[in-house]
Amino acid sequence: MGGGYALYTMTKKKEEADLFVPRVVTTDEIFVPGHRACIGCGEALAIRHVCKALGRNVIIVNATGCSEIIASLLPQTSWCVPWIHTLFENTASVMSGIEAAYKARVRKGKIADKNVKFVGFAGDGGTLDIGLQALSGAMERGHDFLYCCFDNEAYMNTGIQRSSSTPYGAWTTTAPDGKRSIGQATWKKNMPEIAVAHKIPYVATACPSYPFDLMDKVKRGLEIEGPAYVHIFSPCPTGWRSPPELTIELGRLAVESGVFPLYEVINGEYRLNFDFADLKPVREYMKPQRRFKHLTEDIIDKIQARVVEEYLRLREKAGVKK
Amino acid sequence: MKREKVVGLEGSFAVAEAVRQANADVIAAYPITPQTHIVERLSEMVAEGELDAEFICVESEHSAMSACVGASAAGARVFTCTAGQGLELMHEVLYIPSSMRLPVVAVIANRALSAPLSVWCDHSDMMAVRDIGWIQMLAENNQQAFDLTLCAYRIAEDSEVLFPAMVHIDGFYLSHVIEDMSLPEDEEVAGFIPEYEYPFTLDPDNPVSMGCYGPPFIYPEAKKAQEVAFENTMSKIIKTWKAFGDRFGRYYAPVEKYRMEDAKIALLTMGSCSETAMLAIDELRAKGEDVGLIRLRLWRPFPFKEFREAVKDVEVLVVLDRCVSFGMGGPVCSEVKAALYDQQKKPHVVGFIGGLGGRDILIEGFEYMIRSALEKVKAIKRGEEIETEMIGIRE
Repeated sequence: MGGGYALYTMTKKKEEADLFVPRVVTTDEIFVPGHRACIGCGEALAIRHVCKALGRNVIIVNATGCSEIIASLLPQTSWCVPWIHTLFENTASVMSGIEAAYKARVRKGKIADKNVKFVGFAGDGGTLDIGLQALSGAMERGHDFLYCCFDNEAYMNTGIQRSSSTPYGAWTTTAPDGKRSIGQATWKKNMPEIAVAHKIPYVATACPSYPFDLMDKVKRGLEIEGPAYVHIFSPCPTGWRSPPELTIELGRLAVESGVFPLYEVINGEYRLNFDFADLKPVREYMKPQRRFKHLTEDIIDKIQARVVEEYLRLREKAGVKK
Repeated sequence: MKREKVVGLEGSFAVAEAVRQANADVIAAYPITPQTHIVERLSEMVAEGELDAEFICVESEHSAMSACVGASAAGARVFTCTAGQGLELMHEVLYIPSSMRLPVVAVIANRALSAPLSVWCDHSDMMAVRDIGWIQMLAENNQQAFDLTLCAYRIAEDSEVLFPAMVHIDGFYLSHVIEDMSLPEDEEVAGFIPEYEYPFTLDPDNPVSMGCYGPPFIYPEAKKAQEVAFENTMSKIIKTWKAFGDRFGRYYAPVEKYRMEDAKIALLTMGSCSETAMLAIDELRAKGEDVGLIRLRLWRPFPFKEFREAVKDVEVLVVLDRCVSFGMGGPVCSEVKAALYDQQKKPHVVGFIGGLGGRDILIEGFEYMIRSALEKVKAIKRGEEIETEMIGIRE
C-alpha cells in the first residue's frame, strides 16, 4: 500500500483514460497547462473542458478575474485561440463589438465567412455584479454569442470578498461571521433566471464534476443562433476553505443536494438534466467547507428548507412529476 | 483641387457625413445631448442603406467604447461619439485603445460636467481625458468638424500611428448649428482614406492573446513604448493634414495663427469661440493694437515646438480656459506655462476662465481679457501675485 500502490492505480487509471477518453473527447488542449491556478481549482478545470467543447474556431473575450490573471501573465499565455481581455465589467460589450465587426466585414466582403464563434468568459463578480448591465444589454440586443460564467461564489482573485453570488451564511473576507454577523446575509442571486428573463434561446447550468454534460451544453450554446448563457459552478478550494482533492466531489454534492441543480432552458422550455427524487442533505455538501463551519443548526435548517423549496419549483418548471 | 458641392449642414450631420464617407464598419453609441443628432443621422444612414455598417445601440457609453475596442481589435473601422458625462463614463475604457493601440475614432460634442446638470458647452469633459493617450484635435466650425473627422481616420489607422483619436466639436455651437460647407465626392474621400488593415486582428487562423497581464518587470517598458510611439504621431498628424490640404485645399496645423504678424500681445483659444476671438482681434487691430490670435488645433500630443515658435516674439500671452482645474486655475494655462518654463525668452502668461456651462463669450469678453491682462502684467512687474480670473461672473 502507500505511495507505490497510489502510483500503480494512477498509472493504471491513466492507461485506461488514454484508451477511452480520446474516443469521446478531443485530446486537443486549447487552454494549455503551465498557468498559475491554485491546486484543485474548479474554474481552471471547467475552462479546460469548455475549451475542448469550443474547438479552435472561436474568439474568446475574458473579463478581469482569476481566469485572466492565471493564464496571461506577460510574456506567457495559456490560450491557443484568439483571446482578448480589456476590463472587468465589459466582457459582453467587447464581445458585441467583435461579433458586429465580424458580421460587417463578412457582409462587406473584407473577410471570408468561416463561421467563427464568439465566447465570453467571466467570473460571478464580472457577471452578476459589475458586468450585469453589459451582459443584459448584449443579451437584449441578440448578438450571436456564448457567455460562460464561472461561478466560484465570491471575488476570489482579490481575496475572497463577497459577491451577489455568495451563498447565504458563507464566510467571506467582506462578509465575515462575527458576534453580529452570520456571514453572507443575503441569498444567492439567481443569474440563470435573469438570463431566462431576457428570452434568449439558450440558458444552462453546468459543473466540471459532470464534464460530458458541461461539454454538451457548451456545444449546444455555441451552435444555437443568438445569445446563449451557461452558468458553470466552479468549486474554489482557496476561497471555500475546502480540501483541494474534494473539488470534484463538492461539485457533485452541490448537484445531488439540490444546491446547484443542472438544467437547461431551451427557448423557454425547462429541462432538468439530473433529477434526484431524494436530495442529499445540504449538510453533506457544506461540511467539508470551512466557509460554512460557523453556521448553527437552525441556519443550516433554514438553508435546507430554501434549497428544497427552490428545487421543487425548478422541478415544476421542468414538468417533472412528483 | 477637386470640385466640391457647397451645402448647408448642421455640425452633427457634417460629422455623420464624414463617417459615412469613411465607410465605417461598426458604430457603437449611446445617446447624450448634444451629441444625439450625430447618432440619429448615422442610424438613418444605416437604416436607409446609405452606410453599410453594424450600428450597436449599446446600453451605456462604457459599453459603447468597449464595443468599439472589440470591433477595432477584430479589424473593423469603428466610430463612436459622446459628450460630457458620457465621456466621463467611458473614462476607464478610454485607456484600453490607447494602450492596446486600437485606432478608434470618436467625436466629442464638448459639454460641461455635473453638478449642477448642464447640457451646454465647455471643455471640462475633454480636459478630464487629456492624459489618456488619445490624439485630441479641435474644430472651430462645421467644415473643420467634417475635415478633421476624415483626417482622424487616416491618422489613427496609419500603421505607424495606431492610436485612437478624438475630434472635439463644441456642443451646440457646432453640433446644432447649420453652416455652409463644402462636401467632397465619395470617390475623393475614398482616395484619401486607405482601406483599413489592422495588423493584429483577432483571427482563429492566427491566434493572438491581447490585453495580457503586465507584471512590474514588463509594465514600465510597455508604458515607455507607448509614450515614444505617441510622441512620434506628431509628424504623421502634420503630414496627414498637409496631404488633406493638397487634396481638398483646406490646410490645418497643430497651432494656427491669426493676424500674428508683429503681434506683441497674443490671445490663445481652443474650439468654436476662436471665431468670435478673431472678430475681437480684427476690432483691436483696427484700433491699431498689436494683437493676434493663436488657436490650438491639436491638444494631444501637445505641439511644443509649434507653440513655442508661435509665441517666440510675444510679450503677453492671454490664455482662455473653458474649464476649471479646481485649486489650480485653468488646465490650458497651466500647460502653456509648463511648455514655456525652460525657454530663455518667454511671454508673460495671463490666464482667464470663461465660457463655462455654455455661457457665451462675446467680442467684448475677449477685449476685456486683453485689456485686463495688460493691467495684470503691470501688477506682475510690481511683484504682485496674480490669480486666474473667472470672467463675466455676476456678483
